[in-house]
Amino acid sequence: MEWLVLLIVVVMLVSAVAVLLLKNFMAALAALSVVSLGMSVLFVILRAPDVAMTEAAIGAGLSSLMLALALRRLGLWKD
Amino acid sequence: MRRLTSALFLTGLAVLMAAIYQQMDLVVTPLAGDAINASAAQQVGAGNIVTAVVLAFRGFDTLLELTILFTAATAAGLVLGKPRADAPRDPDAGFILQAGADLFFPLLLVVGLYIILHGHLTPGGGFQGGVVLAAAFFIPVLARPGTTLDHHAVSLIEGLAGAAFILIGLLAMLGGGAFLTPLLGKGELGTLFSAGTLPLLYLAVGLKVGSELAGLLAQLAATEATD
Repeated sequence: MEWLVLLIVVVMLVSAVAVLLLKNFMAALAALSVVSLGMSVLFVILRAPDVAMTEAAIGAGLSSLMLALALRRLGLWKD
Repeated sequence: MRRLTSALFLTGLAVLMAAIYQQMDLVVTPLAGDAINASAAQQVGAGNIVTAVVLAFRGFDTLLELTILFTAATAAGLVLGKPRADAPRDPDAGFILQAGADLFFPLLLVVGLYIILHGHLTPGGGFQGGVVLAAAFFIPVLARPGTTLDHHAVSLIEGLAGAAFILIGLLAMLGGGAFLTPLLGKGELGTLFSAGTLPLLYLAVGLKVGSELAGLLAQLAATEATD
């Protein structure tokens, strides 16, 4: 189990750094939702399925959708 | 400068990794929840202890949480406003997204309602299921930008659900109990119709969250895109 947690944490940290470094806003958004997705898997491993569902639904799903719509409004979603 | 910040970030990352590796402890050690763990199932009749805490022990907090969500959604709606009448519309999505939307709408509807109605038995509940419901009603709007959500119906459902939550809370006060005391008896632990008014409260929460977020998403999608 330990190696799985380490793997997830590494993936989360890499995608969190990618959010900062990526030039394309949509790609950064995708990386951001990867962070949330890894977080929800971590919550499952820590036996908190309620929080994991909330994180997956809101963190990975809804908030990225909302940010994507906001990028569309601001005209930053192309290129 | 940028190299410096990168180096700083990497150092922090390394420290964090080392700390995580040192204190890796996956054994669940409850710090404060022992008393609730021991007594929630008997006192409330909910198989899911998180639900027992959210709706029975801390129901008032949940009401305030709903209020916060409502205030935030209302403020966002105020800022977003309406698109101009002559604003160009997005074209309809391609075949794959349209077919996917038709497939996913009933599926997400069932999943969302299942999560809401089984909130007192299994992980999940009104907030999670409500978000799934919002996604279910938003996907068709995404596939066919011409169709809009009926905002009157959405706000009607939202208002009724919020009123139902408060009404259930007030009904408990009629019998002399505190606000939001679970009514209707506990029932048999683990069955769908158990835990008193908790499933009804979660249904109200789910409908309120779902309609609120669906309305907000539809309004966000209806705003004019900037090129």
